[in-house]
Amino acid sequence: MFSDEMFPHSPPLDERSKDLRRLVIDALDGGGRGHLGSSMSLIEILRVIYDDVARHRPDDPAWDGRDRCILSKGHGCLAQYAALAAHGYFSRQEMRTFCHFPSMLGGHPERAKVPGVEASTGALGHGLSIGVGIALAARIKKADTRVFVVMGDGEINEGSVWEAAMSATKHGLENLTAVVDYNKLQSYGRTAEVLNMEPLADKWRAFGFETVECDGHDVEALRKHLSTPLGNAKPTMVIAHTVKGKGVAFAENEPTWHHKSRVPADQIEAMYAALAKES
Amino acid sequence: MRKTCLNMVFELAKKDPRIVFVGSDLGPGVLDEMKHAMPERFYMEGVSEQHIIGMAAGLAMDGFIPYVNTIATFITRRCYEQLAVDLCLHDLPVRLIGNGGGLVYAPLGPTHLATEDIAITRALPNMTVVAPADAEEMTRFMAVTPDWPHPIYIRLGKGGDPVITGDQQDFEIGRAVPLSNGNDVQIISTGVMSKRALDAADALNAEGISTGVTHLPTIKPLDLDAVISAARSKLVVTLEEHFKSGGLGSAVSELLIDGHVMPELGIVRLGLDDIFPLNYGSQDELLEAFGLQPAGIAESIQKALDARR
Repeated sequence: MFSDEMFPHSPPLDERSKDLRRLVIDALDGGGRGHLGSSMSLIEILRVIYDDVARHRPDDPAWDGRDRCILSKGHGCLAQYAALAAHGYFSRQEMRTFCHFPSMLGGHPERAKVPGVEASTGALGHGLSIGVGIALAARIKKADTRVFVVMGDGEINEGSVWEAAMSATKHGLENLTAVVDYNKLQSYGRTAEVLNMEPLADKWRAFGFETVECDGHDVEALRKHLSTPLGNAKPTMVIAHTVKGKGVAFAENEPTWHHKSRVPADQIEAMYAALAKES
Repeated sequence: MRKTCLNMVFELAKKDPRIVFVGSDLGPGVLDEMKHAMPERFYMEGVSEQHIIGMAAGLAMDGFIPYVNTIATFITRRCYEQLAVDLCLHDLPVRLIGNGGGLVYAPLGPTHLATEDIAITRALPNMTVVAPADAEEMTRFMAVTPDWPHPIYIRLGKGGDPVITGDQQDFEIGRAVPLSNGNDVQIISTGVMSKRALDAADALNAEGISTGVTHLPTIKPLDLDAVISAARSKLVVTLEEHFKSGGLGSAVSELLIDGHVMPELGIVRLGLDDIFPLNYGSQDELLEAFGLQPAGIAESIQKALDARR
């Protein structure tokens, strides 16, 4: 079981982490809406995948040799868009078109529209199955592709996730790495109260995943656990303990910031200011 | 038809390295030969229909052509969101082979009957819906599936269905199969009901009512020309082993309405009433109870003609 004391002091946010968060706020400003809390908790997980771990080519998004990153919790797409924009898949200004007609950046990511997005997600509980399929395809082709699937802690309420988990283990997919963004809040409230998934690590271990837990805002820890698959003939699960809304103090751990529509200008200013104060 | 369909998967896979098979928890021995000949392309994943659709999507995203097989109602009802989002939104070449479309599982009751499968698959953009009439048509159809770029739902009959399409040429997805012409009535039918349509037409022709039959193995996309052409007869009758709502009859009616074409005596839709079948027994017995055997079909058409003339 996790305890709140397990990861008491996340390291301070560095410039890269703040930059990506500013892009998220830009999109929230431009679109006037968005899943702020769900995106902010994801930043370091996606940052490490796109900056340090996955092989990918922003100028050739369909490059055969790329690793795949599927954001199964599609509502966290502002974090993914920020990472993709920061890598030059599209311009940083594009973030401000979020959710506007006819922008390619919708409230949930679409594969055919956004360069770098591997799967259209948002209906929860689909990503891990798709990841299993891609990992199997790589195996048939004898390619060394790695597949990353990032899920939410509310999302894993879905039974389809556990169907996929059994299948991933059956096939011994060591090229598959799943991450749970464990911010301990889902739409209605605390996961512990809505549908308690504890003991979470034990569950994934019981399903056959090589499982490790870490601070999901600790870039060094994430680099260490995501760089190399943990299991020999086993899929990897990294349970990343995170803070919903991380970096915007007044939104942290605040269920009402799961999703916001009609965000007024003064709140946007307050977000930039709160982020600037982070150290 | 079912055995032919699955054997064809293996035959196609021998020639095409992109083809993989994914089953849920099928009967023992299904495609054993393929399993042993190409184990890396044979998957039996257990009772996890939602998962196997997503897994097939992942395989298709990376260049494979998965043929997914389980009971028709589970492959449609059970994982509808996966069909919509994983397959259709991504427009991936996955083939869904649904065992026992319609009333085939009559002895097992409503949980196993696929009586709205056409309606719900037809509602999805990019989805193609095919219901062959017999094993020979299935063989010709399967031969063209590897290169079709969209998802396909394949509705299987029971097996041992009489062959009525034996002299047809190559299968073309979206093309109707005219079986006979008639001036008074044109029956448009799909799947194994086309055999019953032919028998009903024989009975009506014997009574002096000129009745033709158009078999539509592809329900989506519809053969526009064939349906418009059928509407030149006085009465168009659609016939399907499916609820009346949303299936072939709806598709044909919509097309004629959209095209401002209406046969002189209109359209009659024959299919299952809007109830879960109350009885067990055999497929034929349930069809009989719904008036969907040749005598019942002929009687319904005769009544419609009498009422509308």
